[in-house]
Amino acid sequence: MISIKNLNKYYGDIKVLNNISINIQKGEIFAIVGHSGAGKSTLLRCINGLEDYKDGSLLVGEKEIKSLKKEELRVFRKNIGMIFQHFSLIQRKTVFDNVALPMELWGYSKEEITKKVKDLLSLVGLEHKLDSYPSELSGGQKQRVAIARALTLDPDVLLSDEATSALDPNTTTSILNLLKEINEKLNITIVIVTHEMEVVKQIAQKALLLEHGNIIGLDDTEELFLKPDEKMKEFLGENEVVPSNGVNVKLYFPKDNAYQSFITKMARELNMDFNIVWGKLEEINTHIVGNMVINIEDKNKNVVLDYIKQHDIVWEVL
Amino acid sequence: MTDILLPALGETVYMSLVSTFFAVLIGFALAIVLILTSKDGLRENLKVYSILDVVINTLRSFPFIILMIVLFPLTKFLIGKSIGTTAAIIPLTIGAAPFIARLIESALKEVDKGVVEAAKSFGASDFQIIFKVMLVEALPAIISAITLTLITVIGFSAMAGAVGGGGLGDVAIKYGYYRFQTDTMIYTVLILVALVQVCQSLGDYLYKITKK
Repeated sequence: MISIKNLNKYYGDIKVLNNISINIQKGEIFAIVGHSGAGKSTLLRCINGLEDYKDGSLLVGEKEIKSLKKEELRVFRKNIGMIFQHFSLIQRKTVFDNVALPMELWGYSKEEITKKVKDLLSLVGLEHKLDSYPSELSGGQKQRVAIARALTLDPDVLLSDEATSALDPNTTTSILNLLKEINEKLNITIVIVTHEMEVVKQIAQKALLLEHGNIIGLDDTEELFLKPDEKMKEFLGENEVVPSNGVNVKLYFPKDNAYQSFITKMARELNMDFNIVWGKLEEINTHIVGNMVINIEDKNKNVVLDYIKQHDIVWEVL
Repeated sequence: MTDILLPALGETVYMSLVSTFFAVLIGFALAIVLILTSKDGLRENLKVYSILDVVINTLRSFPFIILMIVLFPLTKFLIGKSIGTTAAIIPLTIGAAPFIARLIESALKEVDKGVVEAAKSFGASDFQIIFKVMLVEALPAIISAITLTLITVIGFSAMAGAVGGGGLGDVAIKYGYYRFQTDTMIYTVLILVALVQVCQSLGDYLYKITKK
């Protein structure tokens, strides 16, 4: 669907995107994650041509974005909806008129517009707010209006630029659920830019980690969180604090056996006690995944590792 | 006294309304060019922008009375004579146009960049962005700008007497000052105060009903 190859972008002499290559599949929810200034919004804006890029290639479907002429780009953008951190609604237009605007500009008939706008506003749960103005709505409601507006031209792709960053956690979850619903119902590819790990965990199937314009991670979300590498750990700001004596073994629980009682079973079968010194379980895309660090005495190291190896558990010695 | 004041009021209203109307038209066009060509504008062109910028600043720095005299040839060319009430409309328009151009420019500049970006994201053309998005959003601020301009023009029009334009300002100077008719002076001032009040209240009202 979206295929980016060796993309570079500069602001003056500063390289803001360095050799980015990613593939986003149709129907996928893909997250671009990074701290502010990482270049994630810039990368997102390259997808609908709001930003240009110097070299490399960015294909959406068959179209190379940088070779589109101004008029072609306008027509192309019908196919890409976008939502923003601060909603970007027109304050002086009602909810109905805000959602209707893209269709009006593209010359749809009154009947088509009315029908579509009403359908979309009931999809986002705001069918009773047609005549309200944005200033009368809560943040979550404003974002729902913006989502409806982004869907009016039946896009294949929805770009979300920090769309939940101005919302409280509960509203964030409800907006993410709405995006998920749209993704499933309408089979729209969604690309999300965020600095919130919670957003990635709740919704994204794949994630790209950016730091200073460089890719530092690109994998299925579960893999990224389950087995974070050094850079990912640094990014998440988490480092295990473990005892300095004995051997520390980190066990990763993949999504299918996170609930299995591996540790207690091992303790029983080896007739041995362990200290659990660190651990974490998380819900990612409705799966529970996690890891745990146990501390064992040096003399027991081999016995324990043999046992772990027999049980198809991913592990490492810290 | 009424037969002096009433026609004078008529002249003031006529000069102010007509020149504000034309000034708004010219100012509007200038403001749109400024917004389009400014840095990061929809059609960035810093050469055009800086030329226009200098022209507007130059016109704005002329004292109005001097501007009237400088513009004699233009006025004569446009309406056939350089004195009279209608003749005063030309310098009033040209004096007010750069002023309102700046005001409308800043009203348009205040429009949330995010809204403009959103409009681009669903494929709006530059023309649509200006007329269907920016102007819609900036309307209350533009109404304030027009109100402010109208009141400024009423003030300027007091000097129109210098070119035989008549009006309340002219009466205040001729009768009130040169002939020591203090009561006439007071009446003209009171009428001007009332006129400005009415304009401002009307402007405020329109601002209120358009602001959401």
